[in-house]
Amino acid sequence: MRFTKKDILDIESLSVDEINLILDTAYKMKEISIRPIKKVPTLRGKTVVLFFYEPSTRTRISFDIAAKRLSADSLSIATSTSSIVKGETLADTAKTLEAMNPDIIVLRHSSAGTPHLLARLVKSSIINAGDGMHAHPTQALLDLMTVREKKGKISGLRIAIIGDISHSRVARSNITGFTKMGAEVVIAGPPTMIPKGIESLGASVSYNVDEAICDADVIMMLRIQKERQKSFLFPTEREYSKVYGLTKKRVENARSDVLIMHPGPVNRGVEIAYEVVDGPYSIILDQVTNGVAVRMALLYLVSGGARNAGAD
Amino acid sequence: MLVLIKGGRVIDPGNLDGIVDILIKNGKIAEIKEQGSGVEEQGSGVEVIDASGKIVTPGLIDMHVHLREPGHEYKETIKSGCLAAAHGGFTAICPMPNTNPVNDNGQITEYILKKAGVADTVRVYPVAAISKGLNGKSLCEYGELKEAGAIAFSDDGNPVSNSQLMRRAMEYAKGFNMPIISHCENLDLAANGVVNEGAVATSMGLAGIPNAAESIMVMRDIALCELTASRIHIAHVSTKESVLAIRNAKKRGVKVTAETAPHYFTLTEDAIKDYNTNAKMNPPLRSSQDRETILKGLADGTIDVIATDHAPHSYIEKEVEFDQAANGIIGLETSVSLSLKLVHDGVISLTGLVEKMSTNPAKILGLDTGITAGRPADISIIDPDLSYKIDSSKFQSLSRNTPFNGWDMKGKAVLTMVSGKILFDEI
Repeated sequence: MRFTKKDILDIESLSVDEINLILDTAYKMKEISIRPIKKVPTLRGKTVVLFFYEPSTRTRISFDIAAKRLSADSLSIATSTSSIVKGETLADTAKTLEAMNPDIIVLRHSSAGTPHLLARLVKSSIINAGDGMHAHPTQALLDLMTVREKKGKISGLRIAIIGDISHSRVARSNITGFTKMGAEVVIAGPPTMIPKGIESLGASVSYNVDEAICDADVIMMLRIQKERQKSFLFPTEREYSKVYGLTKKRVENARSDVLIMHPGPVNRGVEIAYEVVDGPYSIILDQVTNGVAVRMALLYLVSGGARNAGAD
Repeated sequence: MLVLIKGGRVIDPGNLDGIVDILIKNGKIAEIKEQGSGVEEQGSGVEVIDASGKIVTPGLIDMHVHLREPGHEYKETIKSGCLAAAHGGFTAICPMPNTNPVNDNGQITEYILKKAGVADTVRVYPVAAISKGLNGKSLCEYGELKEAGAIAFSDDGNPVSNSQLMRRAMEYAKGFNMPIISHCENLDLAANGVVNEGAVATSMGLAGIPNAAESIMVMRDIALCELTASRIHIAHVSTKESVLAIRNAKKRGVKVTAETAPHYFTLTEDAIKDYNTNAKMNPPLRSSQDRETILKGLADGTIDVIATDHAPHSYIEKEVEFDQAANGIIGLETSVSLSLKLVHDGVISLTGLVEKMSTNPAKILGLDTGITAGRPADISIIDPDLSYKIDSSKFQSLSRNTPFNGWDMKGKAVLTMVSGKILFDEI
């Protein structure tokens, strides 16, 4: 199968075959990262711009490492202010960048749909590294990879995603990704954090964490943001961790082969207990490792894969 | 100077409906004659407009538009807006006060009217602000504004959040027999929302605005209207619950009137897919259920008026991140065609269309209009069957923010006349 997508904007626009190809490619890429010399010349001469409109450490570094291991030239543009506030529109910034002929632009932005806008404006490939509450496709792909690696399959598994679904692009992309690959997804959290119509993405909804995680093969916890208290979404962190957090006791009641995931950064003691993060079921660091592999795979595939790559 | 509009079906609801000829003399309607009664022979100086197969109506009025002058003339000037109106079949428009500076005092109202006079096209009836600076804190000087030429009051764009101020505005406006036009939106509920709350917003990761953000304020304004025994006009109705509340209030005899815009009865939230900022407005496009209820409200008269909420923005404000894109779309040059679709679909009759686009807005605003001898010849002619494709590049408006570009339409405004002067003629 040949990969023909120019951009990676969301999981919705990827087919099952394309997702499988990305994951298969990522497994091959993973090997490079454990070599003593962690570099292949595959993307030599390609320019990757990491365009981050929103603060991010792990995703940016993950992409940066991925690009460097493939010998691409990567550079970061980080800005915490929106284009409008800055006085230059995103369209102008994009066209300016375009004039310098980058091959791939990795975009993180606080506004949903911005990668789609950018993809319409420029010829470079766009990889969405998270857009507002909309999508985080590379996170979903690394999560799919990690689960497939640990369980040997995705189809037929029960995935519980717990927390602030409303504000989570990770949740949206994972609901779409896991259901597309044949898993069953149940989401749970306080009703204030379950957005209207989320069922249309394919998830079933529960307001009870114990119910949701019972029989789950995978429990994915989402980061809870303190400032949501201001919009009355939950009263206190104390109450949240009690009612919706993944406590040690809840893990004890889960399946004996359960996998516990978290996209990070973790609020230890809030959505997830200290011991659980470091506990035997946690695969949180495997997610990070696979993140590099998935991003290497995507950089390689949108560059034209074997067609355009330099000699390895 | 004599003009004869010949052979058209003249629809002036409550007054006449039939194929008659209209003779216009010195800008006024001189005579309404049975067909072929020989007016042409009266003199060689008669200009004849052949309106056969077309609908001749009292001048259409768009009681809700935004001209961007003063302040944002790159989006629309009073003149370009007036030309857009004329080309869309309107003889009169009511610009909302959210200009910069705000139309909250007599000088600004006079400035707008002066500019409109220079443009010398359609009639302009400025809507002045309810509160100074549209900030919801203190009342404007309604007496002075009326004297300067304001026709109604609205803080459109901003809701009047303070219920006491809204109560007093309704009472105070009553003394001048002028309507308050309410932009109904609860800002706490709307919060940072940019589209309708629901499955589409959720899957696109956009913050939603619930229906209740609108209907809660519609219900409040109805309650205040009852309390003050005044009247209220609800702007741009977008939700099912608002329609139900207004229908119910009308049954009780509350003097509430309402408008909706073509986009609310034509489109649903699905139009925002692919992050199309030309489908972003406030209130947002709603669900198909809301649209269905609005169609019913138009059919049964709950919604009195079709107004466009013509909101010009340049691409600078639209070719940006979705949540930062400006709200609103232009509507003057597409409204008649989109409204005629309601007629073709059997939702309203042609008479109903004329009521909602001319008779009812005139009544609400207290304008003396109609096709009778002695009145100024403000006349629109519509070809209900003309097929064409909407081409926004040909618009008179300075802006192009419409989701309807490229749509195939049946029916179009083809002639606009104000005081006997032809402003637009495509016959």
